[in-house]
Amino acid sequence: MHKPTNNGAWLLVVPVVLLVAFNAILPLMAVVNYSVQDIFGPGQAYWVGTEWYREVLGDKRLHEALWRQFLFSGMVLLIEIPLGVLIALAMPRKGWAVSLVLVVLALPLLIPWNVIGTIWIIFTRPDIGLMGYSLNSLGIAFDHTASPLDAWITLMLMEVWHWTPLVVLLAYAGLKAIPEAYYQAAAIDGASAWKVFRYIQLPKMRGVLTIAVLLRFMDSFLIYAEPFVLTGGGPGNATTFPSIYLVKVALGQFDLGPAGAFSVIYFLIVLLFSWLFYQVLQNVGRGGAR
Amino acid sequence: MSVFAWMAWTWPTAIFFAGIALLLLFMTVLEILRPSIERRGFLPIATSRGDRLFISLLSAAYIHLAWLGLADLPLWYGSILALAWAGVVMRWA
Repeated sequence: MHKPTNNGAWLLVVPVVLLVAFNAILPLMAVVNYSVQDIFGPGQAYWVGTEWYREVLGDKRLHEALWRQFLFSGMVLLIEIPLGVLIALAMPRKGWAVSLVLVVLALPLLIPWNVIGTIWIIFTRPDIGLMGYSLNSLGIAFDHTASPLDAWITLMLMEVWHWTPLVVLLAYAGLKAIPEAYYQAAAIDGASAWKVFRYIQLPKMRGVLTIAVLLRFMDSFLIYAEPFVLTGGGPGNATTFPSIYLVKVALGQFDLGPAGAFSVIYFLIVLLFSWLFYQVLQNVGRGGAR
Repeated sequence: MSVFAWMAWTWPTAIFFAGIALLLLFMTVLEILRPSIERRGFLPIATSRGDRLFISLLSAAYIHLAWLGLADLPLWYGSILALAWAGVVMRWA
């Protein structure tokens, strides 16, 4: 393998490394430090070892929040990735309509996350919201503040509306990068639309879809602002995800030790699944070679 | 008060992170002196030396968590198991 002879280029990476160190690695180290101590205030910390980890691993409410989170992230991936690819395939490739569709699709991505929650609160209100009022007028009792199922439906709709455009934009970029010669060769061979998708478009989108799956998994697994604004974790605990529970524990109860321990576990789960997704998406259909 | 006082350092965590940092440093030096070649072992993916270290460290974290959550025996046993598994991964993965 050819190796670069000028290693001076590594110096260009130093600013990024320093930035990541300060905004990610140092806070992560602090969280690990908190997770093995009982913190009462600045300078008042007492070593407890792995006690918080044992407590957190046996906390049923956290287990429930985690399973809820897996269900939510699984549904997000199952809906958003195929839907995003379908929309990207249906999008125009040339002409003025491309810019128009791209701008319209990108709009939800430009809205602040807490505002998204507020928009959907109003949209689904049974008295004044377009969706809530329409459904109730049709005789469907829809109220996301009272029914866990309605809360989940609203949350999923909001999430899909908010983030599918990201998958669309990535998939569209992947599709646009496919040289025309591939399609010409497929046409000569008389390949069907499905075969073109299966053997040309899908493999060529591997890179962007890997990024889409990783981003959507990590973002959805760490979701906080939207459900916090929309449901506050309710009704009951129906939409209490680990992030919401963590904030309650860390900031509401100031239990920094258990919150730190669960944050470490939370981080490890995201790390493991991101790595697994990356490996699967990079290796599928390649006989295991990287 | 040190600028890092907010991080609430303890000696065990400092030693832990120093160990990780030294390990990464050692692997970097080793990679420069003897670049690793990707290979296929018992895992269904080709791995470099760095990949195998990552898998070992991640596995070690999960082994310790499983030990804390499921076993009543001292954590040291879990550490020995994690170390043995890391040896297996580094040698045969």
